[in-house]
Amino acid sequence: MGCFIVPATEAVVTTVATKVMERKHKTDCAAEHQECSSNEATQATRLPFVQKLKWLNHLLWGGSVLLCFEHVWHGEVVPFFPFLTAAASPEETAQMLHEMSTVGVTMAVAVTGVWAVMVLVSNAMEQAAIKEERFVKQEK
Amino acid sequence: MTLLITIFAAIISTIVWYTHAPKSVMKVGMLCWLFWGASLMWLVDAVFEYLELGAAYFTPAPQDMLNDAFLGLCVVALALVIWLVYVLIKDPKGVMKSYLIQKNKEM
Repeated sequence: MGCFIVPATEAVVTTVATKVMERKHKTDCAAEHQECSSNEATQATRLPFVQKLKWLNHLLWGGSVLLCFEHVWHGEVVPFFPFLTAAASPEETAQMLHEMSTVGVTMAVAVTGVWAVMVLVSNAMEQAAIKEERFVKQEK
Repeated sequence: MTLLITIFAAIISTIVWYTHAPKSVMKVGMLCWLFWGASLMWLVDAVFEYLELGAAYFTPAPQDMLNDAFLGLCVVALALVIWLVYVLIKDPKGVMKSYLIQKNKEM
């Protein structure tokens, strides 16, 4: 009914967080220019966390947009107020809220969980790449 | 059917992305995010439906299946349109830019 609203709300929050972190990262790099450039080798191998947070944004936005279309298809979302047909009666509103708190929350948690696994795996891959690089340098 | 079609679209777009990675000029990665995000969400929806209906979930009525397949194809079409608009706006090959400049010069 309105399950996609939960991941869409999370997408808004993570997008704002990404923008703030990106700005902070740029300011920090400008302030400590030397430190940033001295860590260039590590920076090149490691993807900044902001970049990884963008993966979550893309997953959440992508899923929410396509699910919103599905809800339009089923006549649950309409282009006029109150936009959700379930908001017309209290019983349907209660049902919608129940669905949002069960299916919607699980969707958001599942997407975030998959993203967390992706971050962990990519961190491990980066760590392995750094170790390999160091090993090659030591051999030289 | 919608879930199945979206998962297949996600797999195909990921294969295309990986083939051209790391230089993804056509921004196929965006399609991957769209399809995988929707697939995950529909998977959760399917699990809830399965918990409610049980084995009956796997034997849908032919009309429902057809409607779901139609929806799945429309979802793929919408995602492709979104991707196309994104590619034209980002213009990674500079085609739109050079076309517009050429048109301006002609005028």
